Amino acid sequence: MVLPKSQLWLVVVLLVAGGVSAFSGRIDPYVLDVAMGVGIAITQASSLNLINGFTGQFSLGHAGFMAVGAYSSAMLTTTLGPKLGVSTAVLQWVLFPASLLLGGLVAALAGLAVGAPSLRLKGDYLAIVTLGFGEIIKVILQNVDAVGGARGLVGIPDYTNLFWTFSVAAVTVYVVWGLLNSTYGRGFLAVADDEVAAEAMGLNTTRYKITAFVVGSFFAGVAGGLYAHLKGYLNPGGFDFNKSIEIVVMVILGGMGRHVGVIIAAIVLVVLNETLRSFGEYRMILYSLLLIVLMLTRPQGLFTWTRRKPSAA
Amino acid sequence: MSTLLQLDNVTIRFGGLTAVSSVSATVNEGELVGLIGPNGAGKTTVFNMVTGVYQPTEGRIAFGGQPTAGLKPFEITERGISRTFQNIRLFPSLSVFDNVRVAFHLHLKHDSVHSLTRGPKFHREEVDLRDRTLELLRIFNLERVQDEPAKSLSYGDQRRLEIIRALATGPKLLLLDEPAAGMNPAEKLELMKLIQFIREKFQLAILLVEHDMKVVMGICQRIHVLEYGRKIAEGTPAEIRSNPAVIAAYLGSAAEGKS
Repeated sequence: MVLPKSQLWLVVVLLVAGGVSAFSGRIDPYVLDVAMGVGIAITQASSLNLINGFTGQFSLGHAGFMAVGAYSSAMLTTTLGPKLGVSTAVLQWVLFPASLLLGGLVAALAGLAVGAPSLRLKGDYLAIVTLGFGEIIKVILQNVDAVGGARGLVGIPDYTNLFWTFSVAAVTVYVVWGLLNSTYGRGFLAVADDEVAAEAMGLNTTRYKITAFVVGSFFAGVAGGLYAHLKGYLNPGGFDFNKSIEIVVMVILGGMGRHVGVIIAAIVLVVLNETLRSFGEYRMILYSLLLIVLMLTRPQGLFTWTRRKPSAA
Repeated sequence: MSTLLQLDNVTIRFGGLTAVSSVSATVNEGELVGLIGPNGAGKTTVFNMVTGVYQPTEGRIAFGGQPTAGLKPFEITERGISRTFQNIRLFPSLSVFDNVRVAFHLHLKHDSVHSLTRGPKFHREEVDLRDRTLELLRIFNLERVQDEPAKSLSYGDQRRLEIIRALATGPKLLLLDEPAAGMNPAEKLELMKLIQFIREKFQLAILLVEHDMKVVMGICQRIHVLEYGRKIAEGTPAEIRSNPAVIAAYLGSAAEGKS
C-alpha cells in the first residue's frame, strides 16, 4: 500500500529519530539534554496551538495537564516497573510507551472534566477555569504524600531518549495538522473566526472546542511523561503558572495557528532559555518584556511567512 | 403545497419587554415569503427564534411538522433551515473556498478519525466536496477569488458569499436577514434576480426580512407585516399595499414623509 504523503513524512521523521537516537552515546550529554527538551517543547507548543491558535480558545493551564500526565506515567513506571522483573530494554520499549499513553489519557480525562462545563460558554471563561485548574493540580500534588508531596517524586527511571521525544513531537504535529487539513478540520478554524456563524452553519461548536481541548490535553500529558523520565525527578512547583505561560509564549511567538512557526518558536525559546540560564530568575522579566514588545510590534507572531493553505490535497 | 414552517402564537419576553407577541405565520414549501415591519418590530427576533438562537417563551414553532423547541442552532441547521445575518458574519480569515467548504460539513460521512488515517475513502470524499464547493462557487461567479480570504472581498461579494455558504448546508428553507442592506439600486436589482434564481435553481423556500419595499414587493409571493412585536397583516404584495393598517403603521408614514 502506498502511504499518503503526509504519513510518509511521519514515517521518515520516526526513522531519522530512531537512527540518530541509536548514536546518542556519541552526542555531548548537554546537547542531548537540550535536544530532548526541544522535542518536548514542540509537543507542548503544537498541542496548545490546537486549542489557543487554531480553535481560538484560551487555555492557561497547559502545565497543569502536563503535571497530570507526568505524575501518572511516573507512578506507573516507578511502582510497576521493579515488580515486573524484566530487562531495562523491555521496560524502556514496552512499559514506558504504555506509561506515556496512560499519562496522556489521564490528562485527556482531566481535560474533558475541565473543558466540558466551561467550553459550553462563549467567551474567555476557559482562561479563568484553566488558570484555576493549574493551581489546584499544583496544590494537590504538593499535599499528596503518595506522590512525594512538596518534596517531589524521586527515582524516576531515565527512559526518555531522542527517539521517544521526537517521535511524540512528530505524532503530535501530524495529528494537529491532520485534524485541521480536512473539511471536518476547517470547523476548528471556523469556530475561531466566528462561533455564532459556525453554529448557524450546522457545526456543533461545543463539540469542536471540547475535541480540541481534550486532544491538546492528551499531548500535554504525554509531554509530561517524557519530561518526568527525562529529569528523573518531579517537583509540583515546576508545573506552575510560569510554565503554562512559557508554552503560551511559544504559541504567540510562532503566530497563533501556524504549524511551522510554532515549532520554530518552541526550538528558539528552549535554546534561548539555555543561553539565558546565567540570568536565573530574571528570565521571567525578559519573557514578559518579550511578550509586551511582541504584542506591540507583531501581534500576528514572528514566524508567519508560511501562508495558511487555502485547501487541502 | 404543504406547510414547511409554522409559527403558532409565538411569544418571547426579555425580562419585562415583550419583543414578539403571539405571532402566527406559515411558510409553504418552495414559497418566497417576506417579513417586513418598522425598525424594532421584532423581525430579527423571529429569525432568532426560528433558528434556535432564542427559545420562545410561549407558543410553538414547527418545521416540516416537527416541533423545534429545545433544539440548538446547529441541530436546526441539520434539519434544513439555513440563514444569513443582518451584519455579515463570514469566517473572515478563511478563504472563500473554505467558507463554503465548512458549510458542507453537514453532509460529511468522515470525522476526526478519518482526518488522521487519511485513507482512500477520506480522499474520495474530500475530492467530492471540493468539486461540489467549486460548482457552487462557479454558479455564483466567485470561483475566481476562491483562494482569497473572505474579508478581502467587496461588500456585495461578501453578501453573496454568505448566501452561498448558507446554501451549502443544503437547506429546505433559507432565511435572509436584510440582504439588501447597504446596497445601491443597481445591486438591489441584481439581488432580486439572484434570490429568484436561487429559489428556482435549488427548489427551496425563502423567508426574507427586508426594509426595502421595492425588493420585498417585487419578489415576494406573500408578506407578513410586524409592528411592535405583533402581526398586523398578511397577504400578497397587492393586498399589503392597500391594507389600511399597514399603510398607517409603515407605508403611510413613509408616504407622508415624501409629500
